[in-house]
Amino acid sequence: MDFLPTLWFFLIAVLWTGYLFLEGFDLGVGMLMKVFARDEKERRLLLNTVGPVWDGNEVWLITAGGATFAAFPFWYASLFSSLYVPLVFVLLALIFRAVAFEYRGKVHHDTWRRVWDWAIGIGSFTAAFGIGAMLALTTTGLPLDANGDRVGGPFAWFTWYAVLGGVALVAFCLLQAAAFLALKTDGAVRLRARRLVGRWLPLGLLPLAVWAVAVALANGKWFSWVLLVLAVAAALLAWTANRRDLEGRSFLFLGAFLLLGSATIFSGVFPVVLPSTLDSAWNLTVANASSSPYTLGLMSVVAAVGVPLVLAYQAWTYWIFRKRISTAHLPEPHDFAPAVGHGDAVGHGDAVVSGNAASAAAGKD
Amino acid sequence: MEALDIARWQFGIVTVYHFLMVPLTIGLGLLVAVLQSAWHRTGREEYLRATKFWGKLFLINFIMGVATGIVQEFQFGMAWSQYSRFVGDVFGAPLAMESLLAFFVESTFLGLWIFGWKKLPARIHLACLWIAVCGSVVSAYFILVANSWMQHPVGVKMIDGYPHMVDAWAVFTNNTALVAFFHTITGALAVAGAFLLGISWYHLWRRRRDGIDTVDARGRVIVGESATIPGRDKRDHSVWIKSLRIGAVVAMIAFAGSAVSGDMSGKLMFQQQPMKMAAAEAACHDGTSFSILSIGDLSSRDCSKVVAVMEIPGLLSFLAHNDFTTDIKGVNTLVPEYQAKYGTTVPDNPIYGDRAGQPINYVPVMPVTYWGFRMMIGFGGLAALASAVALFATRKGTVPRPRWIMRLALVGILAPFGANAAGWIFTEMGRQPFVVAPNPSMSGVDQVFMFTAAAVSPGVSAGEMIFSLAALGTVYAVLLVVEVFLLTKYIRGGVPSAMPELGHGRADGTDDAGSGPGGKADGDDVLAFAY
Repeated sequence: MDFLPTLWFFLIAVLWTGYLFLEGFDLGVGMLMKVFARDEKERRLLLNTVGPVWDGNEVWLITAGGATFAAFPFWYASLFSSLYVPLVFVLLALIFRAVAFEYRGKVHHDTWRRVWDWAIGIGSFTAAFGIGAMLALTTTGLPLDANGDRVGGPFAWFTWYAVLGGVALVAFCLLQAAAFLALKTDGAVRLRARRLVGRWLPLGLLPLAVWAVAVALANGKWFSWVLLVLAVAAALLAWTANRRDLEGRSFLFLGAFLLLGSATIFSGVFPVVLPSTLDSAWNLTVANASSSPYTLGLMSVVAAVGVPLVLAYQAWTYWIFRKRISTAHLPEPHDFAPAVGHGDAVGHGDAVVSGNAASAAAGKD
Repeated sequence: MEALDIARWQFGIVTVYHFLMVPLTIGLGLLVAVLQSAWHRTGREEYLRATKFWGKLFLINFIMGVATGIVQEFQFGMAWSQYSRFVGDVFGAPLAMESLLAFFVESTFLGLWIFGWKKLPARIHLACLWIAVCGSVVSAYFILVANSWMQHPVGVKMIDGYPHMVDAWAVFTNNTALVAFFHTITGALAVAGAFLLGISWYHLWRRRRDGIDTVDARGRVIVGESATIPGRDKRDHSVWIKSLRIGAVVAMIAFAGSAVSGDMSGKLMFQQQPMKMAAAEAACHDGTSFSILSIGDLSSRDCSKVVAVMEIPGLLSFLAHNDFTTDIKGVNTLVPEYQAKYGTTVPDNPIYGDRAGQPINYVPVMPVTYWGFRMMIGFGGLAALASAVALFATRKGTVPRPRWIMRLALVGILAPFGANAAGWIFTEMGRQPFVVAPNPSMSGVDQVFMFTAAAVSPGVSAGEMIFSLAALGTVYAVLLVVEVFLLTKYIRGGVPSAMPELGHGRADGTDDAGSGPGGKADGDDVLAFAY
């Protein structure tokens, strides 16, 4: 087996897993904005637990996409064009979610905030579901022809695997987000989040486990089963840690479950990167979908410098913002009286008049 | 319409839209970093105020750039899969490097900057912003390396019909890319300069009109104060006048820089893509004259109906070769040359589908290239001229009273945006019918080219493309309205909109804002910034 393509398969698996590990909880927090937070203060609290880090987390997705393009252009081209329709939804979801994070607090008005809450909730759900479905289809295959193009129409990808992958990632994100909130917040939210983890952990991890079992069964490699057993052990440890109120460990063991589950899946399909369900001769593999050794060598040097650097400064970010926050830490939301009013409402050259107008406008809001 | 046409419209729309946000992000980011550095060095509060105010507008705009940037990366695989397969070995690398080496830096350190006020030591907090800004500049470099390779493919060898990268140094020091990088950064600074200038002008104008600032007999400003309105005190005046003058100077320097880099870029293009420049000139016949105005049916691609109304003799030669007499090849000369080199009909290859065997038109859509080129230069020059006038007009510390000048200053914000958009449309449309232009300036690799018609995803239907174009188009339109609404709101709010402590910030609803939050956490524990 060629060394460089194999290395890059591994690196892309790492990038996707890194994405799921990190953005997993912030997608989950986004969904919990609608189903877990009880009032405006709690919604703001949830938002601010991920505030400083969500954008950096999302770059893992962009890097995973870019690295796939650079290292396996045929994989990138076939996967992304085959899943055209669902990916449009994922893009719209990510656009709305990002904008909502930034814009939600910019206008002090209930309807405004409610609209952006929905954007964050639905956006996070759609992104998690779509990316889960995409990854599941990467492992189970798409109806690809000899050129690597999808046949069978815009919805040919729609199978129960896609649904399984989508559900698996949504459920995992919700659980990981609850574990994160238990670790990151204080007060009532912390307790409720901890209870949520304890109650829903087995069910929340089940779909991801089923997906991993399906891949392990289909490929029949012994180490897939070993990884799977370790993953289940990590899940059990996460559960016990949660029962003993050890929030940090619970969060990390959930992460370990994800890493091991992801390793089961990626190692199971290797060396195929994207199977064709029509003819296994048309499978995309690390050998036939990859870039040239020269490009892969160049990218390896860049990754050897870049990846540790990214890990270091992102770890530093988490360290800087490591303190638990609670609703009491949030500054009061503020609105402001415009320093200048609208158009011609103010009389010419008269400071007193304009002052009154501005204070009047302030009182009205 | 075919999938190809829809895919092209989509690419154009999402790219130009994304590029409304990008130059403002790069340019304004740099200026905010400069302002915060000034605050750090001098400790003068007006610089802090300026940092906070422009920083707020920067963030409102930044997030739209991030949100629309993901589309840019995904669309190559989604809508242009055949292109991705063809160029992946060389084109993917700069994209991947952009996210790994630049975008990670930008996003992470900007998060630190936004939430790190008072949490990080001042020096480190400032460093975070500079690192984020450097990230955005480096990001622009990598993207331009990728794009410039489509304009001028270098550093590759054809193996089995695919370009393989053999010389990364050549790819990353592509002369087209280096010049484009310089041109793009100066273009971004022009956008930011006009932005500062227009908004500051508006605020100064309001201060004068509302009688807060007055002028003495010699025309010098007497800075006044309105105690009742936050954001209209004496320091507020210096925020605006400083911002205005910084903006004007930056816009002028930026224009000079973009003229120089644009000229360099043009000279390269005469060698590398002669048809693009001929189409930009509507130059049908060989000659030396630069057309000021050509009329007639520019879209008649055989040039039979184009009439040059005004020309400057020799200028075209100067732009291409630095002399006044060398003839520049016109469209009518170039077409047979292109046909001899790259064929007269679309190759008989299955990836071209029904288009195989059809004649190839090597002339780009001339009204677009011709007017795109002129709008780029015209809008850019207008902004620079306006900046010079603004510097003169404000030399005594405030702006003139007439309302129409204020309106011009505000509308003038759009000029560099227009120049940027026109420039991109010109350079991308001028590349047609190729998605990867041939490279006639190097021996051996002139066959690295790909027709746009072959680049589109073969497996994606026109229906899917229409769906995505409609969905993205609608969402982009709505979000543009939202962004402009928010920018306007915060611009009207003035400095206190970004610094509530200056204004009469009011608490929400029933919470008692005045007293501490229940004794548990004291004032220091409240987050310095929260969503």
